[in-house]
Amino acid sequence: MRSLGIAVLLLLLAAVVASAVGVVYARQESRSMFVELTRLIGERDDLNFEYGRLELEQATVAEANRIEQIARTRFGMISPQPATTVVIKR
Amino acid sequence: MLFGLLPSSRLPGIGTGAERARVKPRAQAINTRARLYIVLMLLALGSTALIVRAIDLQIVRKDFYQEQGDARFLRDMAVPVSRGSILDRNGEPLAVSTPVDSIWADPQKLLEHADRLDELATALGIDADLLKQRLNQRVDKEFVYLKRHLNPDDAEAITKLGIPGVSSQREFRRYYPSGEVMAHVLGYTNIDDRGQEGLELAFDGLLAGAPGSERVIRDNLGRVVEHVELTRKPEPGVDLTLSIDRRIQYLAYRELKAAIIDRHASSGSMVILDARNGEVLALVNNPSFNPNAKEKTDPHFRRNRALTDVVEPGSTMKAFTIAAALESGKWKPDSKVDTNPGTYQISNLTIHDVHNHGLLTLTGVITKSSNIGAAKVAETLPKDNLYDMYHRFGFGESTGSGFPGESPGFLPIVKAWGPVEKATISYGYGLNVTPLQLAQGYATLANDGRLRAPTFVKGALNPDNAVIDPQIAHTIMGMLQTVVMPGGTAFPGAVVPNYFVAGKTGTARIAHAGSYQNRYISLFVGIVPASDPRLVGVVIINDPGGGQGGAYYGGTVAAPIFSKVMDGALRLLDVPPDNVQHWYAGGPEVATPRIAPAPAGDEDSTAEEAVP
Repeated sequence: MRSLGIAVLLLLLAAVVASAVGVVYARQESRSMFVELTRLIGERDDLNFEYGRLELEQATVAEANRIEQIARTRFGMISPQPATTVVIKR
Repeated sequence: MLFGLLPSSRLPGIGTGAERARVKPRAQAINTRARLYIVLMLLALGSTALIVRAIDLQIVRKDFYQEQGDARFLRDMAVPVSRGSILDRNGEPLAVSTPVDSIWADPQKLLEHADRLDELATALGIDADLLKQRLNQRVDKEFVYLKRHLNPDDAEAITKLGIPGVSSQREFRRYYPSGEVMAHVLGYTNIDDRGQEGLELAFDGLLAGAPGSERVIRDNLGRVVEHVELTRKPEPGVDLTLSIDRRIQYLAYRELKAAIIDRHASSGSMVILDARNGEVLALVNNPSFNPNAKEKTDPHFRRNRALTDVVEPGSTMKAFTIAAALESGKWKPDSKVDTNPGTYQISNLTIHDVHNHGLLTLTGVITKSSNIGAAKVAETLPKDNLYDMYHRFGFGESTGSGFPGESPGFLPIVKAWGPVEKATISYGYGLNVTPLQLAQGYATLANDGRLRAPTFVKGALNPDNAVIDPQIAHTIMGMLQTVVMPGGTAFPGAVVPNYFVAGKTGTARIAHAGSYQNRYISLFVGIVPASDPRLVGVVIINDPGGGQGGAYYGGTVAAPIFSKVMDGALRLLDVPPDNVQHWYAGGPEVATPRIAPAPAGDEDSTAEEAVP
């Protein structure tokens, strides 16, 4: 009877120690994962910003006025006149 | 009583035997038990005091101390969200927010290290004395911006100096790759990235999103050591897809700007609507401004004339007068109106036509744009019916596009109409409309007489409701086509090769200080292709010639802009040509003479002396 009581006590003690270690481990794990999460969020944001910047750059480069200037001056392109337009049926 | 009170020499066992003999025997034996109780009581009292104090601190005043403690290291930090982009109908970016960093400082902390102020001022590129002055002014604050909207790399270089109390904060700045072409439609944001004008303001709630909030633990140097929890989830701004087509918008802006320079006009606007669903494909004004550097521009360049400015519509109003005439049943398209001899008197008002057009049909009134014709037609109609017709087409009321600052125009209430007002309003004087209202009115004619409020958002189909019989709308569309045919006021200016065009010219004298001046507004409203309406365009050129003479008729000034823009827009949208026969007959031939000045005699009428 007494030995059973001691065994239960020891078991409970071991469980307490184990859960204490578990808490420490979980806490540590959560910290390191949080750091990782923060890093990844930062990385995602940076990539989004980079995408935005590139999109902006593309829009600036593809600006209609600029394209028209290049087409007209550098490549000597012109808008087709109606007389030179052929309407085809599909 | 206590041991300490007894002189040490008298302690038992310390003194000599002789001394002991001299000690007077106590009257009473020392009660050790009582002493013990007293000591215990005192100890209990002390510990009770401690416990009471502990309870006071831990339970009763816990909140206060917890708060004070948290206030020293827990911080709620905003999680900034980026503002949604604005895209055109094909997904091209029109307004994009990019991250920038703003440098801020805690003045108290920074002033403790005043020796590093010079270094900081150099890094910021501002005067050291000015910096000191600013910090001293705000020494009782904990936050002061030093420099806003820096390139993130530059900001990092400054924070890396490690000057105490100096930190950077993430913010967003708005860029508009299309610059002045889109400026009025999009509007702009302020330095805090909140919408101030235009669609940026109209959709600010949607675009801005909601910044999140997180709780963090910071050390005494203000560094974040732990993120505790996210107290509010950040909701990034939503991207907004407009109905605007960037290519058509550019085309319209380019042609409008060129024409304004060419004609020495003071300003101009153009609106293009999709006739089928009321979507605004282009809305441009000139002069315009660069929204990326708006501080440098003249404030009046920022006015969105197509929506906030009103004009007298002039002859473009006649289409709606004729609609009322047809609806009354008193008039048929071939009913005759005598406009001889080119002037007509209504009480003290003399109405002029540019030329004497003689006997005209109702269609001819539109074709030749006869003021007398319109006035005589209006005379036969009850003023309530006329008012009702104009009102049904949306005049005198805001279009409901939701654009901030949109003007409702002005249509006088019917009670204020005398015979003179009725005549002048019938040919477009004495009332005010915005270019967008005019476009909406003509889009209604193009859409089988069903009015649909214009929208700036792609796919936001507003409900439409019938305002006139579809048959009347078709009849008027036919009449409007004669305007762009030989003999019409917009021929050959508004001809778009390969397509039938329905349209109406307008020329209005600018009212100024109670009278009309020799300054004009040239208008053209067109619908193309007339057989299956796709686009509705309004062109308004304000004060061509700058009061120095020169052409000012709508058919000569405004119509060619319409033609050039629509020619490009129809190609961009892949709208099939109207019919090959017309293309062979009219297309290539009229393409050349349309640049030449319009022959005299086909000019639009201008009301010479409308009542003020």
